[in-house]
Amino acid sequence: MKLRLPFAPLVALRFLREGRMQTLLILAGTTGGVAVIVFLTQLITQLQAQIVDRVLGTQPHVVIRPLEEANRRAFDDPASAVVIEPRAQRLRSVDQWESIARLAAAMPGVTAVSPTVTGPAFAVRGQANKSVALMGIDAERYRRIVRMEEYMVAGRFAVDGTRAVIGSELAKDLGIRLEDKLRVALPNGRDELLQVGGIFDIGNKDLNRRWVFVTLPLGQSLLDLPGGVSNLDLTVADIFDAQAIAERLQGATGLTVDSWMQTNAQLLAALRNQTVSNNLIRSFVILIVALGIASVLVVSVVQKQKEIGILRAMGASRAMILQVFLIQGALVGAVGSILGSLLAFGLLNMFSAIYRNADGSPLFAAELEPRFIVLAALVATGVGLASALIPARRAAKMDPVQAIRS
Amino acid sequence: MSDAVIELAGLTKAYNVGTPVEAEVLHGIDLSLAQGEFAALIGPSGSGKSTLLNIIGLLERPTGGRLSIGGRDTAELSEAEITALRGRSIGFVFQFHHLLPAFSALENVMMPAIIARGAPDDEAEATALQLLDAVGLKAHAHKKPAELSGGQQQRVAIARALALRPRLILADEPTGNLDTHTADDIFALLREFNRQTDCACLIVTHDPRLAARCDRTIRLVDGRIAADC
Ligand SMILES: Nc1ncnc2c1ncn2[C@@H]1O[C@H](COP(=O)(O)OP(=O)(O)OP(=O)(O)O)[C@@H](O)[C@H]1O
Ligand SMILES: [Mg+2]
Repeated sequence: MKLRLPFAPLVALRFLREGRMQTLLILAGTTGGVAVIVFLTQLITQLQAQIVDRVLGTQPHVVIRPLEEANRRAFDDPASAVVIEPRAQRLRSVDQWESIARLAAAMPGVTAVSPTVTGPAFAVRGQANKSVALMGIDAERYRRIVRMEEYMVAGRFAVDGTRAVIGSELAKDLGIRLEDKLRVALPNGRDELLQVGGIFDIGNKDLNRRWVFVTLPLGQSLLDLPGGVSNLDLTVADIFDAQAIAERLQGATGLTVDSWMQTNAQLLAALRNQTVSNNLIRSFVILIVALGIASVLVVSVVQKQKEIGILRAMGASRAMILQVFLIQGALVGAVGSILGSLLAFGLLNMFSAIYRNADGSPLFAAELEPRFIVLAALVATGVGLASALIPARRAAKMDPVQAIRS
Repeated sequence: MSDAVIELAGLTKAYNVGTPVEAEVLHGIDLSLAQGEFAALIGPSGSGKSTLLNIIGLLERPTGGRLSIGGRDTAELSEAEITALRGRSIGFVFQFHHLLPAFSALENVMMPAIIARGAPDDEAEATALQLLDAVGLKAHAHKKPAELSGGQQQRVAIARALALRPRLILADEPTGNLDTHTADDIFALLREFNRQTDCACLIVTHDPRLAARCDRTIRLVDGRIAADC
């Protein structure tokens, strides 16, 4: 049994096949346009995701802190210049942090909550002495904020008793190896001898030098904050919901709640600018493709004037002629989007083989998300249809007599 | 007359109405054609033969007067109804075959049925093959028009005009660009189908020899019927 297409697609296909060179040209244009859009979108989406991933690899999405104490005027003498003396921020606990942690965990979109107590300390070994940030954490919970286990170069990310985890830079500076001892001294006079159970390299020298993880109770007692935590770290399901969730939490708790989007406002602005310019490029490409399809179809309508007249004389309605040309536009768009996606895939493969990170790994993965292909197909078919609209209406309006008389 | 396939009364046609170059080309035509009638339409160039044929064929609308087809007044029909009526009841044969170059002979003959029914079907194909056989072109069914001779093309066009068994065949100089021998063949074919299907035929021709072989000759001069016998 042979395939029997209905009138409009049948005639549309024949017309396209008949205008071989023109069809090839618009198809090439559409393919190129779709390829550029898909390629750019995939590339930028991937690179942006990587940047965000890298930034968020070492910081929580949302942090809840106690309210900062307001700065006070040092003295109130109107004759003298006003001197604002920033008040030394005492280490304070988040009031009733357990109930706030429960509240945060129950909030939709929040996937993990981890209490941290943190404060300045010195790491001392022999004569060497380094300023560090003591972090009292619950390793199991903290792991869901920063994926520390992925960064371990020695030992495990686990704290227990006086067992601690330090960064690779600090280890190097102080000549420490796994299971070595390390003394931490605090400004308040307390000190403790720790045993290093893990060394991490988080990809950031400063953090590798500063972070010293101990258990939450040990941190609390060393930092004089019994039972308290200095902040609650949160992970959210959709990173771009972080700001909204932070605002909601701030409203609910009255505490200081910062999202990564606030702390990295500049990065976000840069990403947004990139997205805007990408959209601009996409719009132009779509416009050019649409104009290309439309102009070729306009020419085709003029060339097919006679055929249109014949079809009308044989009883084809205006609507049928309209369909014939709309289908041509949609077909060009649809086929162009398939070919364009393939081309984009080829380009991605080529570029990912050429451009590599310093460590030799590809800068981006040569993969194409199916949703991009579906989206490209929908957009291209829609653009094809829209660009065919004017030529199709011209065709439908054409006087059959004129064609037949000539 | 109850068996009139077409009936024209006081039909006029003017071009460029409302402009300084307004010109009336048909001035009050009264004409009727009965079922099975085989009539020639003759007249000097520019007398309005093609215009009249196009109006009867519902490709153009008259400026004034009445045109009924199969007893229905066409002035009351919508654009869509006109299109449907044209497809179903009228078969055209033009001077230049006007076949669709992208389609095979068979597909060209199937086209009226494809249009009327929305898609090709077995019945349309069977009928088309039968018609191609009748015009002696069964062996050429799958050739494109460009691969056929002028006479063969015109025979395909006749087969196409007959595809939906129309009640009326309108032919505008169907043999105009064919040699005498081929013209005779084509004319004979039309005549044969006219006898077989009892359809009315109105054939524009410049050839007095062919006109003489018709049942009736209508002579148009300057947009008026000068003779009808
Ligand atoms: N679209 C139009 N606009 C203006 N005038 C027209 C138009 N179509 C036809 N005419 C005029 O109408 C008149 C009749 O033309 P028509 O084509 O019907 O003549 P004809 O009898 O078929 O001639 P021929 O034998 O040369 O084919 C001519 O004077 C022609 O110039
Ligand atoms: Mg003429």
